[in-house]
Amino acid sequence: MAMKTSTLSRHMREGFKNLGRNGWMTFASISAVMITLLILGVFLMMAMNIQHLVQTVEKQVEIRVSLDVTADDATVKKVEGALKKLPDAAEVRFVSKEEGLKNLKESFGDKRDYLNGLEKENPLPDTFIVKAKTPQQTGALAQKIEAIDGVKKVNYAEQTTKKLFAVTDVIRFVIVAFIIALAFTAMFLIANTIKLTIIARRREIEIMKLVGATNGFIRWPFFVEGALMGIIGAIVPIIVLSVGYASLLDFVEQQLALYFLHLLPIYPLMLEVSLVLLGIGAFIGIWGSLMSVRRFLHI
Amino acid sequence: MDDVISTEAIEKIIVWVIFLIEMQDVWKTYPNGTVALQGIDVRIKDGEFVYVVGPSGAGKSTFIKLMYREEKATKGQIVINDFHINRLKERQIPYLRRKIGVVFQDFKLLPKLTVYENVAFAMEVIEESRKKIKPRVMEVLELVRLKHKARSLPDQLSGGEQQRVAIARAIVNRPDLIIADEPTGNLDPETSMDIMQTLLEINRGGTTIVMATHNKEIVNSLRKRVIAIEAGRIVRDEQRGEYGYED
Repeated sequence: MAMKTSTLSRHMREGFKNLGRNGWMTFASISAVMITLLILGVFLMMAMNIQHLVQTVEKQVEIRVSLDVTADDATVKKVEGALKKLPDAAEVRFVSKEEGLKNLKESFGDKRDYLNGLEKENPLPDTFIVKAKTPQQTGALAQKIEAIDGVKKVNYAEQTTKKLFAVTDVIRFVIVAFIIALAFTAMFLIANTIKLTIIARRREIEIMKLVGATNGFIRWPFFVEGALMGIIGAIVPIIVLSVGYASLLDFVEQQLALYFLHLLPIYPLMLEVSLVLLGIGAFIGIWGSLMSVRRFLHI
Repeated sequence: MDDVISTEAIEKIIVWVIFLIEMQDVWKTYPNGTVALQGIDVRIKDGEFVYVVGPSGAGKSTFIKLMYREEKATKGQIVINDFHINRLKERQIPYLRRKIGVVFQDFKLLPKLTVYENVAFAMEVIEESRKKIKPRVMEVLELVRLKHKARSLPDQLSGGEQQRVAIARAIVNRPDLIIADEPTGNLDPETSMDIMQTLLEINRGGTTIVMATHNKEIVNSLRKRVIAIEAGRIVRDEQRGEYGYED
């Protein structure tokens, strides 16, 4: 059923007016939504970046084979021979400890001087970088390599991503539980605020019922009030997160020059996060108003 | 060939054409066990003016509240216009109320709205178009002689004027029936007579009025049909009746 424009604008007007009716409770409700959504937003952006990182890492099918730091040339030759004999290995590349140190220094960018002096007693081992013919073979190939005599350690993407996931799973569980609890608090506060509005307007509602306003008509301004609290509660976290993330990107790229830390660009990440926060904010608001309207309006 | 239409059916049609309100064996028991009405049978014609009298707690209020579905009868049938009130679904109640104007002892005006806004409110909330609202509100304010007070707030008016605003609000949506619950209860005798003149004028326009009252002077001077309720039953129903109680 289509709603008349004049009716819609009336509901909007009433909804806005309701916000002002219980100033402090409205403020508390909006604050609760803000805190909930801010934490949710931080978590979302973290999760999306980790996801991105994992995907980047997974694309690299390289296996990193480290020898003992003290391994001599003969061992290096022997291991190289064994690696090249493996049928699944598409490419075997030797990275000497000197080369490794050079790479490490480069990754330090401006601060490369910190590593000066390590040349004399290089703590890095000689390594081989092995690529499997297909990414799916990586795990099996890594196991075979581990069995080779003289190999100290084998690292490959799957291990890294598994560790990453193990950590993020825990974080995710804790944060999701936290967010749900906060969202309920916000809903409860919104429901309470709307209850106060309903009490403040009970005479008006009584007369509306008496002259034949439909229940839907009576409910609408309260939905608008709830949705507004949720949406206003989403706007502040969106601004804070946008500014915060922009500075973080700037800091990581300009100050730390950590070229290996690939963060997602601000667009479209921030757009996606904003839409999610607005949606959840409106949901919390409307749900809160539903709780109140159902219980206190008796219509 | 036998009669195609039975006498019973003819009677039903006559009832439907002539009577606005019909109650058949209506009972009301409240959840706490109080029996407020027992076996009420009454028919009120379209365009009638009816006083409902009786001692306090006799069931007058319940009788009135059943008509606009503020309360639901426990048993029996109530028909007002085309509405079978007891079979009405929750969501149909608003449409019944649009056919009924209600006036109370305490006026029930919104203090922050002007006289005009209070009356217009009743049209706005049933989603009347703005174009129709203004001329209709001015028309009813004219009828209750308050056009010049359109911009005043309720507390700037006398009790009688406030009740006239409430009456204007009750009739603004052109109801078939006005229910007045002690409309003169808070007013002095002179103002009460003034309110009665307004109600009688509305009644002359064809609107049925059912009025619960304790006002002996009014009932005895402006003779109309009187229905007396005692202990939940109709004990008297007279055309041009008297008040009949000493209070």
